[in-house]
Amino acid sequence: MKILITVKRVIDYNVKIRIKPDQSGVETSNVKMSMNPFDEIAVEEAVRLKEKGIATETVAVTMGPTQAQETLRTAMAMGIDRAIYVPVDTETQSLSVAKALQRIIAKEKPDLVIMGKQAIDNDSSQTGPMLAALLGWPQGTFASKLEIVEGKARVTREVDGGLETLELQLPALITTDLRLNEPRYASLPNIMKAKKKTLEVTTPEQLGVDFTSRITTQKVVEPPPRKGGIKVPDIATLLDKLRNEAKVI
Amino acid sequence: MSILIIAEHDHKTIKPCTFHVIKAASKLNQPLTLLVAGYEASSVAEAATKVYGISHVLYVDDQAYASFLAENMGLLIAKLAPDFTHVMVAATSYGKNFLPRAAALCDVGQISDVISLESADTFIRPIYAGNALATVTSQDKIKFITVRTTAFEAVPSTGGQATIARLEGTGDSGTSRFISAELSKSERPELTAARVIVSGGRALGSGDNFKKILEPLADKLNAALGASRAAVDAGYVPNDYQVGQTGKVVAPDLYIAIGISGAIQHLAGMKGSKTIVAINKDPEAPIFNVADYGLVGDLFDIVPELTKALG
Repeated sequence: MKILITVKRVIDYNVKIRIKPDQSGVETSNVKMSMNPFDEIAVEEAVRLKEKGIATETVAVTMGPTQAQETLRTAMAMGIDRAIYVPVDTETQSLSVAKALQRIIAKEKPDLVIMGKQAIDNDSSQTGPMLAALLGWPQGTFASKLEIVEGKARVTREVDGGLETLELQLPALITTDLRLNEPRYASLPNIMKAKKKTLEVTTPEQLGVDFTSRITTQKVVEPPPRKGGIKVPDIATLLDKLRNEAKVI
Repeated sequence: MSILIIAEHDHKTIKPCTFHVIKAASKLNQPLTLLVAGYEASSVAEAATKVYGISHVLYVDDQAYASFLAENMGLLIAKLAPDFTHVMVAATSYGKNFLPRAAALCDVGQISDVISLESADTFIRPIYAGNALATVTSQDKIKFITVRTTAFEAVPSTGGQATIARLEGTGDSGTSRFISAELSKSERPELTAARVIVSGGRALGSGDNFKKILEPLADKLNAALGASRAAVDAGYVPNDYQVGQTGKVVAPDLYIAIGISGAIQHLAGMKGSKTIVAINKDPEAPIFNVADYGLVGDLFDIVPELTKALG
């Protein structure tokens, strides 16, 4: 079985973001960037399936500026076999990304695609289901458990109020939730080895996908700040405030 | 032209999140159509005709929608969508699962987690876990929108008089199958739906202390239990307790942060809460910058006393 996973380079989850003064977006230069945490889980899941002998080949794909290739190297250092990079300088929208992935998948023919349930920059949570729809594949979103049984994918999903288990025919698409696994750290020898793995470049023109979007960002602003709170001296005052001022208990 | 809203339900009753979506849609002053796709869900369809603000109900009764498989829901909505200007659903695990599929099948984008409708084509949505708000304009012919329900009031479930039409479904894709559901048996409400959340950090010191110190308080308040990433990484509680940018984003009426210093990634997940209480022994902890009410002191003294004082 061949597995294709996707990764995105985003601002590290521990960094406090800064909005550009002209409100055109969020400042990403001179900011620590990392692999989207949900994509790390996708990488880990693919690598584990290979280690178990279920997967025979794992391929990582990313789109974005030149530096996004570093994220592919990280994926390969974690154990992914090879990578495909699509250079895109503009802000990418889910539908265009899904279309580009659809073209790559037509060529690569994986049996399973694993993606993060969302990227922590745009928080859109769309690309996985959009891609599955374009491919006509079944999907298992927000997966917390994945098993390959008798040529089918059995996926446990985190839904509001609990868990749900589905059985999907292959090929299928999975998006990861936090509980699926705990991603490993890349070891130094593996980081060195990853430098020798294949990283192929495919342009949007070669894929025949136009990244111009019909959804445009007008401005990005900070949310209204919370008004300064107070410190209360004791429990009695706290309860009085919660009951009579905030009226929440 | 009309707006299509997808009702969230369990084949018996309409879930309240739907009423918040209707309120959001009503801002655009267009007729509202409510889609009830389910299996033997006639009580839902009937209730739908009475919901305030709805002028028309579409009812599709087919086993293909018994467990709301995304493949089947996506196909149905994509077939209906061209008759509407907007298609809206709550940004829950239900709506987030199938709406992007329907949008892609219609070759249009989706605007997720909308918190404000500025006009028929311009919307505000949180990005970076709510640390920034983006105003976006869509030129797509149909606008697919998921709605963050905490940003809108609910319309009443009664007072409407909608017409109803029964439609044929679009069949079963045959590619996916529902096996089982394991709904939380906990007496406690679920994190993302809870009105009150009691959340603990690394200062709790152990998983045992989570049970001993936080659970009695959560019981008193009928609250969900949450945790910071630090507490999860330390192994005190499972990953699904995690509130924050890489965990769950919550917005309850009351959030009580106990022994949580307030790392950026935690604040990102909870600062939309209506009222925030912080209990921490470090008066300089960043959590106090977002807390409405702060109490400085040792949580091992304060929390049991607070629990007792609640009676």
